[in-house]
Amino acid sequence: RDFNERCAQCSEVNWGLTDGGRYYCRSCHNVTERTREVVNTDFMTNSRVQTISKGSRKQEKNGIGSEWYVCEGFQLVLKKQAEALEALGVCPQMKDEVLYNFWRCYLQKSKQAYCNRPAGETVKALSVCESSTDVDSEPERPSLLHLLSLSESEGDLQTDCSFASSMSKVSESTSIYSGSVDGSLYLMKNQKEKLRMTMPMTLSFCYMALLWLREPITLSELLRFVVEGHIPYLNVFQHFPEKMKLCGLDLKIFCVESWPVYEEVYNKMLELAAFLDLPRFPDITDSCFLHPDMLCIKYLMEANLPDELHNWTCRVVKKIGIGEVDFLTLVPGNKSTRKVKYDILAAAVIVVVLKLLFLLDDHYEWSLSDFAEERNKNNKEGGLYFEFKKWYEVVKHSLDAEQKKLDEERAKYLWRCEKPLFYSVKNKSKVLKRRQMVVNLQNQFGKLSGSARRAEKPNPSSFQLRWSEENTDGSCFHGHSLKGILQEKCGLLTAMNPDYWLCTVKLCNEKLCGHLAHYREVDFPRSYHFVLRLFSFLLRIQPSYIHDEVCMIEHKLFNKKLYKKLKYNTVLRK
Amino acid sequence: SSHEHKLNFRKSKEACLSYIQDAMLQKQWKRAAEFLTFYVESLEKDYSREPISPSEMIWRIGTEILCHHSHSSVKEFNCFMEQMKTLGVKRYLKVCLEHVFHLLCNGQIDEAYQNLSLAESWRFGEQTAIQDKEMKLIQAYRGLLDYYRWSKQKNILLGHGKCPDGFADLSVEQEMHSCFRKAAVNLKEIIKIPGVWDLFVKCYVDLLEFYGDHNEACQVLNEYAYNSKFPANPNAHVYLYQFLKRQGESKKSLISTLKILHDIVPSHELMIDFNTMLQKSKKRKKRRLGLEVIFAALDYAGWKENVKAWSCLARQVKQIVISEKYLDWIKQEWNSRKDWWPAFHFSRYLAKRNWQENKSLSYEKALVAGILLGKDCKYFKYVSHQGCKAQVKRFRILKKFVNRHNPVYLRISG
Repeated sequence: RDFNERCAQCSEVNWGLTDGGRYYCRSCHNVTERTREVVNTDFMTNSRVQTISKGSRKQEKNGIGSEWYVCEGFQLVLKKQAEALEALGVCPQMKDEVLYNFWRCYLQKSKQAYCNRPAGETVKALSVCESSTDVDSEPERPSLLHLLSLSESEGDLQTDCSFASSMSKVSESTSIYSGSVDGSLYLMKNQKEKLRMTMPMTLSFCYMALLWLREPITLSELLRFVVEGHIPYLNVFQHFPEKMKLCGLDLKIFCVESWPVYEEVYNKMLELAAFLDLPRFPDITDSCFLHPDMLCIKYLMEANLPDELHNWTCRVVKKIGIGEVDFLTLVPGNKSTRKVKYDILAAAVIVVVLKLLFLLDDHYEWSLSDFAEERNKNNKEGGLYFEFKKWYEVVKHSLDAEQKKLDEERAKYLWRCEKPLFYSVKNKSKVLKRRQMVVNLQNQFGKLSGSARRAEKPNPSSFQLRWSEENTDGSCFHGHSLKGILQEKCGLLTAMNPDYWLCTVKLCNEKLCGHLAHYREVDFPRSYHFVLRLFSFLLRIQPSYIHDEVCMIEHKLFNKKLYKKLKYNTVLRK
Repeated sequence: SSHEHKLNFRKSKEACLSYIQDAMLQKQWKRAAEFLTFYVESLEKDYSREPISPSEMIWRIGTEILCHHSHSSVKEFNCFMEQMKTLGVKRYLKVCLEHVFHLLCNGQIDEAYQNLSLAESWRFGEQTAIQDKEMKLIQAYRGLLDYYRWSKQKNILLGHGKCPDGFADLSVEQEMHSCFRKAAVNLKEIIKIPGVWDLFVKCYVDLLEFYGDHNEACQVLNEYAYNSKFPANPNAHVYLYQFLKRQGESKKSLISTLKILHDIVPSHELMIDFNTMLQKSKKRKKRRLGLEVIFAALDYAGWKENVKAWSCLARQVKQIVISEKYLDWIKQEWNSRKDWWPAFHFSRYLAKRNWQENKSLSYEKALVAGILLGKDCKYFKYVSHQGCKAQVKRFRILKKFVNRHNPVYLRISG
């Protein structure tokens, strides 16, 4: 799966593994000599695994389910996510070994399980879901409102006044509601040093495991699959077993009302990797899917750009050293190196290459295109020259259509599910009534929607935009030639374009600003913005993040010139 | 964290709402319904801090869609409204009221009445007091429907007239009186509150007049017209005028009522009646006012082709000219109009058109034009020429008249 070369015989990329561990092409059954690299999952040097020391499980306590801990819930979530990933084609090792081991390690390090519970940390919070039971003589029982405000902004559940008001009516001195044993404890303590588990963090775990195994799924793809519903995230608590009753503060922990953002998941993943004291991750070599050379192939295809551009992306990658194993491989805890976002990096490389070849100043690329158009009109035989204008029109058309669809989809998300959530038994009936009404209204107006019923969720696919060379309308540019914009100099192919403009002369301090540069659409040429918009759509991230990477690459590329010629601000001669 | 672009429940629903609104503006009801299905789960979330709650949105949007969608039925509509009533206690009576309005618009009077009665009997703790206004409206509309029933029964009775069917008539009559009592109580209540209650006032007055309580009727109408707490309402004066006229009141009181109407709405259709009354008056001031009134009315485009209005003006102008007294009245009125009336009323184009379409109109206007602008003005020349050519007698007379009195024009315009 992490082998993406084209088959020598049939040029397909459709590999399987023989029993002997060799790759064979599924299309033509050509067996290669490439074997699968054995991935070492043995990272836990100090694995003194002990079983969870829990007290005796009180079964069916008061008839409302058994005790369960928050981490058990998360374990279930991770399991479900791993199963989904396996269904998508990820190797079973991920679920059975890697993810599971990461999780155990986390539990151990955060002292939630697999260790002796330190003294004084016994769970004090009561776990009943019904009205008050024994009132503890705890002097500093935190108030509910206090608890509500403490948690991170997981959606707007904390603003649910109905919860607060109904709680306050009962009495502040009574129990803190949660279905889980340690729900309130979870939210209460300042767990920063222990890296408290959250729903977005489950995705960080998944991504970390995928990265460890070097599976061919980028983080942006993972998140897209989550949003498309192929990986459980939104209402995953639906799959909790009956005996794990979810109510009260559990909702704050497990119910999300927002989609996780790339940055969030990524940074948490880094934090997690450091927290778990993981060693250097398995090497990302140039045969890995995540290597920029590989990812560029994919993105070039998806962006409908000529295959010939791949030579250029490889050249840039090589020139600035971002294809080196040491640059690409994750070393947790090493704060000095800037961590690599493989997908964004690859996209940014393509953007830089486009700037190198076409300048993208809203003038040059169009005149190059005119020249190519002329040539294409007059020479029918031989390959077609790549025309920027035509490409722009074709891609824009598709991009706009897909963007429109996506925007509508976003407005159509259904966040709630059949399993209703209620904070306490008290407002259960109200919640159920509301749900019933919602369902009624949905039915009533659903009938009036006409035939435009919601399609089933699409099959998960790696490619969002597809271009086929078989289309006779000339809408596929993969095979087009860059001849019109290249010239030969001293035996080397270079671009005809002699100029380049830097996105920014000086990079910001990422730790202070949050960004390397600050992108404003109006400040840049429209062609540049279009290219950013294209990849922004494909990766489902804000254009500014791609812009940051572009700036970083440019500064590496033109490092010497920048260092020397500080006087010349924008246009540089190559 | 600065993840403003992060897509969450709220943003998603905001976007959904804007799609609904767009669809509604473009009358794409199916699409609006489709997006509404995705919006309704907002009900399960707490929006108590926002100014407008999803339940209100859904109520209003759903109502619109169900009204306009080709496949929606009345039954569905009613079912939807019942659900909306349970959604928000604070809005209960408002929803009831709007439901009733829709039923009335669809001609379902009986259902509307039932709903009103039901709503009237609603009690909900302190909400009852808070929604007092809506309650009053509900009672008022029920009163209105009671009046409507009364009216039907009255017509039945009057229809029978000569050959009454004794017992049947008696029960109808009893029911009629009972409706009257119910209606009167509620109508009287609502018109006490400052506001615009035209329909209610009319109905109430109708009831009172039928049962001979003219004093009360008069009082009600006076209150409605003259109480400063009530917003200025031309109709109030119209109703009062019509009542006084029916009662055969003196010209003086009629005139004073219409005077206020003239002040508020100089273009009101009753200005013709007003002018007619004033012209006949013996008092000079009244006649002067009459001229003012008719000139003012004709300032408005809606009166341009009104033969009656022009004939009033023409009559008065003619009379003044013949008497050779009070020419300065015309001068005063004409002063502020001489710059724009010629183009507004007396252009050559209008002359042609008026002549083609309405000879009487052109006649009256020609007279006025001839006096105000002289015999050489475009309008008069054209019309009188045409009229004489067609050998219509009155135009010949008109021509002579204007020619004879041409110096008047010079004095007016001077």
